[in-house]
Amino acid sequence: MLEKGKLSGMRRTIIIFFGIIAILSVIRIATGASDLTSVGTAHAALLLSVPIVLAALGGLFAERAGVVNIGLEGMMIMGAWAGGFMGSKHGPWVGLLAAIFFGAVGALVHAIATITFGVDHVVSGVAINIIAAGLVRYISTILAQGGSWPGPSQSPDVEPIGQNGLPILSGGKYFGWQSPDILNSIGEKNWFLISDISRVLRGLTGELSYVTMIAVALVPLSYFILWKTSFGLRLRSTGESPIAAESLGVNVYVMKYWGVLVSGGFAGLGGGFLAIVAANHYQENQIGGRGYIGLAAMLFGNWRPGGLLAGSALFGFADALQLRDSAAIHALLLLIIAFLLFASWRSFRKGQKVATIVAIALAGFFAWFFIAFDELPGQLVTMTPYLATLIVLSLASQRLRGPAAAGLPYRRGGLK
Amino acid sequence: MRFKPGKIALAVAAPVFAAVFSLIVSSASLLATNKSPREAFALMWEFGSGAGSLMEAVNLATSYYIAAIAIALTFRAGLFNIGVEGQLRLGSLFAAYFGAMIVLPPVLHILAIFIIAMFVGGLWAAIAAYMKVKRGVSEVISTIMLNSVAGGLSAYLLSKHFMVKVEGSNDLATKPLPASGQFPDLMPVLKKLGVEEQPGGGVYGMLIIAIILGIAFWFVVNRTRFGFELRSSGMNPIAARVSGVNSKKMTFIALVASGAIAGLAGLPTLLGDTHSYTLGFRGGVGFTAIAIALLGRNSAVGMAISAMLFGFLEVASRTLELIDIAPETYVIMQGSILLSAVIAYEVVRRYQLTLQSHALAKAGDK
Repeated sequence: MLEKGKLSGMRRTIIIFFGIIAILSVIRIATGASDLTSVGTAHAALLLSVPIVLAALGGLFAERAGVVNIGLEGMMIMGAWAGGFMGSKHGPWVGLLAAIFFGAVGALVHAIATITFGVDHVVSGVAINIIAAGLVRYISTILAQGGSWPGPSQSPDVEPIGQNGLPILSGGKYFGWQSPDILNSIGEKNWFLISDISRVLRGLTGELSYVTMIAVALVPLSYFILWKTSFGLRLRSTGESPIAAESLGVNVYVMKYWGVLVSGGFAGLGGGFLAIVAANHYQENQIGGRGYIGLAAMLFGNWRPGGLLAGSALFGFADALQLRDSAAIHALLLLIIAFLLFASWRSFRKGQKVATIVAIALAGFFAWFFIAFDELPGQLVTMTPYLATLIVLSLASQRLRGPAAAGLPYRRGGLK
Repeated sequence: MRFKPGKIALAVAAPVFAAVFSLIVSSASLLATNKSPREAFALMWEFGSGAGSLMEAVNLATSYYIAAIAIALTFRAGLFNIGVEGQLRLGSLFAAYFGAMIVLPPVLHILAIFIIAMFVGGLWAAIAAYMKVKRGVSEVISTIMLNSVAGGLSAYLLSKHFMVKVEGSNDLATKPLPASGQFPDLMPVLKKLGVEEQPGGGVYGMLIIAIILGIAFWFVVNRTRFGFELRSSGMNPIAARVSGVNSKKMTFIALVASGAIAGLAGLPTLLGDTHSYTLGFRGGVGFTAIAIALLGRNSAVGMAISAMLFGFLEVASRTLELIDIAPETYVIMQGSILLSAVIAYEVVRRYQLTLQSHALAKAGDK
């Protein structure tokens, strides 16, 4: 039975994936926004999804252990800074390790405050975000004064990390052998749908940084650790019912510390990825709320690795489009309108009057926007990932269920 | 009530511990860069306690205090409005734009600007409130996202619609407010009280509004039925519902009221100093105010003290540049005060609980 259920889940995922590409290619033809399904967009979407996936995995480990981690943003900032600082001195790989370490240091502060001292999780997390931003600015200013950094908001450049693609399909290079690039050549043929699909696949599998591959592999690995090992079972039990876990001999404090520290390491790696792979140096405000978006992706994914991957991909795609081509965002408005009309129809069927009116009004607003402007102004396009987060959360959040004890302070012996 | 020295010592213990811890951390970070902490602190005190610096600190604190009240209101209702930054930004922008357009006699004009700022701030917060009440979206996430959206939206509105060209300047700014829309400075009053005028100094008249808001906040939260319902829906939503409090309604009202107050938080600068909204207008106030609300334990007096402390540190640290220390040192001080205070409050609370249960056990033995 279980095996069967899994297969159908897999099949559903594949159908949804190709369905989305099909819708996008229809919109592409209707509006001429060719960047919707281009190799570059798919590639950029993957690149921009990775930090969000890592942040979301970080959130997953912490929340499964019962600790809400709003401090992901601050830990990513520390990771990005450490990546730029150590990476420019000792090379990119050392930079990434330093990023993980610094993220975990930020998490240790969060763990001490929330687990040992029982401080409110959101309060401690927000405090860490404020402190992390100030701390890296302080040290960067000193480094810039000393002349080793070009400025207080930017680190020296970091060497790039190597990249490779899938053999045969995407033109990878193995031991000096240059494989053919089948997906790319199909993509250039401009056959409807088939070319779209191969362009997207080419973007997702070609010229990947090794860190991207590691990051994507961390998703199934996290699933395995959390759901298939006794460590994972213990960790999740402290997030669902710490008192029951304690009574069965699980050391709740230790498990929670593990969850938060791993969480910080993931967040730090996400920050380091932004500094070293997505850019080639650390820059102030580089994180730009991705820690929070990661958290939102985790909520959207219902506290599961597969779900958070889908959420991160959505935000990565929105982010890639807004960075590459604002005309494509304009075309995407059609999709949003269709989506909103669907939502309004659904809430109409359920008899929710206000929700129906809100959805129709929003759809009308976007339709007016689509007709009135040929192109979206740059400042508005930057809002895309945040708006996507808001819309998706408000549509999805009622069916979601997180760990029962997430966010509650725990004290051994049931004391307050 | 009997005088209990132990109780008072406990109440003071947490802030004192936080101050000492912060001194240690900032000293350590100064020593790490080979600077003398003693010299730095002495210089900060000397510069910061001057009348001109104090006035500036008060001016900064005015904004911080109003924003902190906005956040504290949601904390008291068991919510967390991180969106003050965005509500402040949009409130100030619209207040500056429409405030410069309307023609009204002096007092009414300021009143109208207040209403615009509160309306826009409240409306922006209402999005998060609606999503929380109707769709169950955590206000923490939604207000953070709305901050980013407000940033993009305000930049767009300013550069494409609200901006006026100023001769010889590249600044993006709205049209300046007419004299009737500017809040008079408190300097003339202070002069009568014997305070000497400082070069470039002055105290925003909005300080009075901030004080009134503080008193109103204390009264409404602690002394009215509304305040009781607000606090009870924050402390124990189930108990509140059982006793007839509509906690969804309270959630909605708390968030919208918080946004309305947050809309006011940019006005001290707008009405007292710049008279127009510019691109980098008062950035970061919403986040500093979170720290102030936490440090001040959401009490009107506590937040006033913390706002002054943060304002003082910010102004006083500017002088550190003279001895080659990064002025950002104040961020380290504020951050370490915040974190240690939050932990210390919790430790003290637990200690008090232990004392209580000991006292109860003793009473039971008799």
